[in-house]
Amino acid sequence: MLDLMSGFVVELRNAGLPVSLTENLDAMEAVKHIPIEDRDAFKYALATTLVKNEQHWKAFETVFEVYFSLRGPEYNVLDEDGEIDEDSLEEWMSQQMRGMGGQGSSEEMSPEEIAEMLFRALMNADEAMMAAMARAAVTQFAGMEPGRPVGGTYYLYRTLRNLDLDGMLDRLMEQAQERSEGDMTSLEERLEREEFENRIEDLKKEIESEIRRRLVADRGVEAMAKTLRKPLPEDVDFMHASREEMANIRKAIQPLTRKLAARLARKRKHKRKGPLDFRATVRQSLSYGGVPAEPRFRNPRPNKPELIVVADISGSVAAFARFTLHLVYALQNQFSKVRSFVFIDGLDEVTHMFQDEEDITNAVHRVNTEADVVWVDGHSDYGHAFGVFWENYGSEISSKSTVMFLGDARNNYHATNAWVVKETAKKARSVFWLNPEPKSYWDTGDSVITEYSTHADGVFECRNLRQLEGFVDHLA
Amino acid sequence: MGDTMFGDLGSVRGGLRDADYLADDGIASVVYLAEKLGKPVLVEGPAGTGKTELAKAVAAMTDARLIRLQCYEGLDEAKALYEWNYKKQLLRIQADRGSDANNEDWTDLQDDIFNDEFLLTRPLLEAITAEEKVVLLIDEVDRVEVETEALLLEILSDYQVSIPELGTIEAKQIPIVFLTSNNTRELSEALKRRCLFLHIDYPQLEREKEIVLTKVDGISDNLAEQVARIVRSIRQIELKKSPSVSETLDWARTLVLLGVESIDVEQAKESLHILLKYQSDIEKAAKELTVEG
Repeated sequence: MLDLMSGFVVELRNAGLPVSLTENLDAMEAVKHIPIEDRDAFKYALATTLVKNEQHWKAFETVFEVYFSLRGPEYNVLDEDGEIDEDSLEEWMSQQMRGMGGQGSSEEMSPEEIAEMLFRALMNADEAMMAAMARAAVTQFAGMEPGRPVGGTYYLYRTLRNLDLDGMLDRLMEQAQERSEGDMTSLEERLEREEFENRIEDLKKEIESEIRRRLVADRGVEAMAKTLRKPLPEDVDFMHASREEMANIRKAIQPLTRKLAARLARKRKHKRKGPLDFRATVRQSLSYGGVPAEPRFRNPRPNKPELIVVADISGSVAAFARFTLHLVYALQNQFSKVRSFVFIDGLDEVTHMFQDEEDITNAVHRVNTEADVVWVDGHSDYGHAFGVFWENYGSEISSKSTVMFLGDARNNYHATNAWVVKETAKKARSVFWLNPEPKSYWDTGDSVITEYSTHADGVFECRNLRQLEGFVDHLA
Repeated sequence: MGDTMFGDLGSVRGGLRDADYLADDGIASVVYLAEKLGKPVLVEGPAGTGKTELAKAVAAMTDARLIRLQCYEGLDEAKALYEWNYKKQLLRIQADRGSDANNEDWTDLQDDIFNDEFLLTRPLLEAITAEEKVVLLIDEVDRVEVETEALLLEILSDYQVSIPELGTIEAKQIPIVFLTSNNTRELSEALKRRCLFLHIDYPQLEREKEIVLTKVDGISDNLAEQVARIVRSIRQIELKKSPSVSETLDWARTLVLLGVESIDVEQAKESLHILLKYQSDIEKAAKELTVEG
């Protein structure tokens, strides 16, 4: 048990969760008070002592499943050697089947039968049945072979393809309509659909963890934990995020902006004291019998910079630009004014889009669809875009402005026009360049980052939310 | 003492239910462990999901006194821990002077004015000096500054308070401590390390329905189910502020008052303003509910 626990904690750390020694000890202590056969309570005991950030919960859950899933009594299908004991699994399966009034074990079930059983389970929200069917489906469709070096997603895909869950959803809806004899209001229909979608989502999760359990049995805990290791949302690379990861980043950005805004406001308040506030000092002195023991000061007028954002929104760096714009606008009351420009090979000002739209997400969406940024062919041309920027807006840069350039500086071998950055730096308070590419790629191929960045006050690698957050913090 | 307070996990759940708080497995386990390990619980989650309510329920369940410290920006030692009743001290000194000025020397006087009589206890000190059982609720701890947070550390890990003039005051009993946070800023590692962590999210459909059923008088099972489903549906839309549990309850109560038996789209749209507090959210939700239906 001790070995298992320490392995578990090490894996959590590997996954990026900060687990301290005291927390580890707490977890050990907590587990003592929990009846070990209560798997849920066990999981919560570990979570509450080890995971102190809600966004890390998912990572925790994955690691937990890998380490402890096979050890509960209901999953006792491992024999001494740690291999899947087919017999007991079959037995268990057929027990389940008999219990449900089904016939025979999964071996004899045809795909149609599985589909039918699954349909009934989903219709009646029968969880035990759903779990059993998930097992049956994996046995039947995934075609898992021991030692085969493919990822869990491959098996998941194979299983789901055979189940045709979209078709299932339609059938469920038809059934529900029949049941209510066709007089469902549109609202009821919508709610019913969502209910089924939810159940199907649960089923998918069940199938996924079933596959995972078997893979763990096949490959061992450590190897599995390693393949399942996923970066935390704040560490996901903008340029290579999958759709699911993007959604996670989007979710993470909301609380992040709130935190940043609160932190910046606080920082400003505490940085410097203003002139003596005579009235408040006298008022305070009353509680010391008229002795002005505690002088009071006025809050200083905040010195808010004006921010100009110039962002490359061509395909490769679009996601990065999107998140940065989102973050900057969420923090806009920290700046006296924010202006934003986007470009690919042409340049367009998009400030008004953020002013019109109340919802930042909508505004960012509009930037992507409405901004007029293509000049010739829609391939990045920093040189031309910067030229346009200087010509039209250069005169508006003042000593109060902070200018941020966003982009990977992959210029497709066009002229760089680096003098624009140089001139901007002369007029503006400060100029920063944010590059979403890893540092080791800079100045390789058509990247000309150094030509630009020599003129800037700072150039930052901004590959993930964590780095972006650090920069914004630095900026204000 | 503590060990006799809660029997096992099941009894915690039952107890919370008796106090009209429907806990899920996670919440019950954490409350149980908090008592067993004698550790404070840091409760985090969106507004209106029953974080403060949980502390109240635990107090009701254990027959303990609830002591509440509401945090705000600028909260300091004097408001949270203790303060010398300085005006009374002044009076004391002046009263002395009036009678026989030279009789008492300074150390006597000092002992005299720095004792319990002149100490104003604030919530934190009160919680640990109390004789009876106490549940201490430190509400919205994320509102205080990082520096002030440090003031909580001693009391949270050792259950003691050091007062320079009096020495260290140790707890007469270990209170159950809840800290709530709306997550407007990252709390310090030191604080997090000392606490058990509990994230309370919007409840699952089943639980929300049950909450509606217990908290709203005279609601039918059917209506509660519909309410819970519609609220879940609305939470899936990307909104500025998703409806919280308390707003769900308000909505359910309104529907009961209006004598609604089963909700249709029109009724739902008309009463959306109870669930949602931003005009843009209301419009968005109204649109969603009609379009996709």
